[in-house]
Amino acid sequence: MDVQTLTFIIVGASFALYIAIAIWARAGSTNDFYVAGGGVPPVMNGMATAADWMSAASFISMAGLISFMGYDGAVYLMGWTGGYVLLALCLAPYLRKFGKFTVPDFIGDRYYSQTARTVAVFCAIFVCFTYVAGQMRGVGVVFSRFLEVDIVSGVVIGMVIVFFYTVLGGMKGITYTQVAQYCVMIFAYIVPAVFISMMVTGHILPQTGFGATLADGSGVHMLQKLDNLSVELGFNEYTSGTKSTIDVFFITFALMVGTAGLPHVIVRFFTVPKVHDARKSAGYALAFIAILYTTAPSLAAFARVNMIETINGPEMTGTSYEEAPSWIKNWEQTGLIAFEDKNGDGKMFYSGDERNEMKVDRDIMVLANPEIANLPAWVIALVAAGGVAAALSTSAGLLLVISTSVSHDLLKRNFMPNITDKAELMYARLAAGVAIVIAGYFGINPPGFVAQVVAFAFGLAASSFFPAIIMGIFSKRMNDKGAIAGMISGIAFTAAYIIYFKFINPAANTPDNWWFGISPEGIGTLGMMVNFIVAFLVYKATDEAPEEIQELVESIRYPKGAGEASAH
Amino acid sequence: MAFRNEEDKKAYWSENLALLAKLLVVWFIVSFGAGILFVDILNEIQFFGFKLGFWFAQQGSIYVFVALIFVYMAKMNAMDKRYGVDEE
Repeated sequence: MDVQTLTFIIVGASFALYIAIAIWARAGSTNDFYVAGGGVPPVMNGMATAADWMSAASFISMAGLISFMGYDGAVYLMGWTGGYVLLALCLAPYLRKFGKFTVPDFIGDRYYSQTARTVAVFCAIFVCFTYVAGQMRGVGVVFSRFLEVDIVSGVVIGMVIVFFYTVLGGMKGITYTQVAQYCVMIFAYIVPAVFISMMVTGHILPQTGFGATLADGSGVHMLQKLDNLSVELGFNEYTSGTKSTIDVFFITFALMVGTAGLPHVIVRFFTVPKVHDARKSAGYALAFIAILYTTAPSLAAFARVNMIETINGPEMTGTSYEEAPSWIKNWEQTGLIAFEDKNGDGKMFYSGDERNEMKVDRDIMVLANPEIANLPAWVIALVAAGGVAAALSTSAGLLLVISTSVSHDLLKRNFMPNITDKAELMYARLAAGVAIVIAGYFGINPPGFVAQVVAFAFGLAASSFFPAIIMGIFSKRMNDKGAIAGMISGIAFTAAYIIYFKFINPAANTPDNWWFGISPEGIGTLGMMVNFIVAFLVYKATDEAPEEIQELVESIRYPKGAGEASAH
Repeated sequence: MAFRNEEDKKAYWSENLALLAKLLVVWFIVSFGAGILFVDILNEIQFFGFKLGFWFAQQGSIYVFVALIFVYMAKMNAMDKRYGVDEE
């Protein structure tokens, strides 16, 4: 069978599975819809959290990014996993004990302020939309390449599927669907990595194969060869980066703190019945995430060696375009690979200097990798199914947060306090529907600045949510004025810096003009510090939090009496 | 079961904070320390075919992170038992 048919079969079978699960686990109450009735076992919850966490960006783009960045790619690896540690140790246990559904709920109650709640709701919705638009785009890219439909149909198919099981199943349906998606995703990621690792170094585990000697008997280490190749072709040494140490430090920190503040992941910890179980599912989730995150850098290195060797040939003199392998021709159609025969010798050559004749988009590395390495057709189809699973699972989680924020935080807590449970559920579903349509629109017509907006979302979460939640837990006396002033100044500072360098004056976006050499990607760290300092100064100048709030904070610090997640 | 007395409650929280501090120090050392600040020095050392600093940045720190969460889980569960505030 050809790749096309196999892709239809494998992606189709995985969809049938997700939909069947959504029907089986239909939500009956707001509790089921928002937090799965609080009754999901820790291992399952761990897998679902991992699926939620690992978006199309992790699955499709991350290894590609690392492949092109070398050592600097570590900012994503450490940033996204290290942020998880912060979340599991400093936030999750206490938010779980607090026992509300959403982050705006916590901020609103802890700082006894409707203003704080509303600010938090809008931040949450903005962060989620930014993400979900990217996910929809990811689905579109996968479909358009492998099903050979245009990108619009690809996005529409994705919208219909996500709509179906988010709206029908709510959190309960999503949780079990995400367990299935995690399994599909991780299998699809590991299989090609193991194949390639065995081909190149003879190691079954890509994690060790990555540092091993080559299987050709030359006794040269894989990474040594990659370093040599990179230098020869005018790139930086693969194992050392190009960013300054301070910038790597700040970007990693901003990503860590930003991810720890992501609303769709925090809400996961409310779906387990006990604090005890919340801790356990956090551990499982990171272990499941780590399987993909430790495979990604080795996949990145192998893919780079393979790609360079295929394009430049074993003698490093270039290979004839006429005889180019089919993956180059296939991806050329999508515009993600381009060849321009500058010296007119009819041969392709890839390098980091003026000899370069190829344009290779980094987003294709994971998807094209099995083709580059000549793996069997079913592996290529499997990778397509994995990419779709990654994009769908994250978009479903995000849509749920958007719909919860609208129906619960905005309508019930702000505008319509007397709303019935049933009506609230209806509004939640309606909001999810509207959100999908908007996300789909951005998936089809992506704003030209998706990458910039993503940096914006991380910076925003880092400089607003994270400090407010941390102070809310670890400082009993922090008051509403301090927290609000902190959030607003943190966001304003971060937003101003990013908007200036990314939108107003992109020409000035060079290390010489950055403050302390910190790029806009890393500025959220400084924004976070501004938030903490401003909050502390304002708090010092005003009254401390009232007695009952101090008691509330006291109560979330101890595990006893953590009941089921309840409405109020 | 609630805490036996106020002192226990205070002790529980400060023990909790001490544990967090220790784990976060390790968290900082493996990622920001070994993976970023001292990466060039550690890169002089070979480790199973990797430069050590590079290995910490792209592999080692992640393994330590997973271990940290499980250590946290075990220590907190033991602490809950010791103070008689576990949920079973």
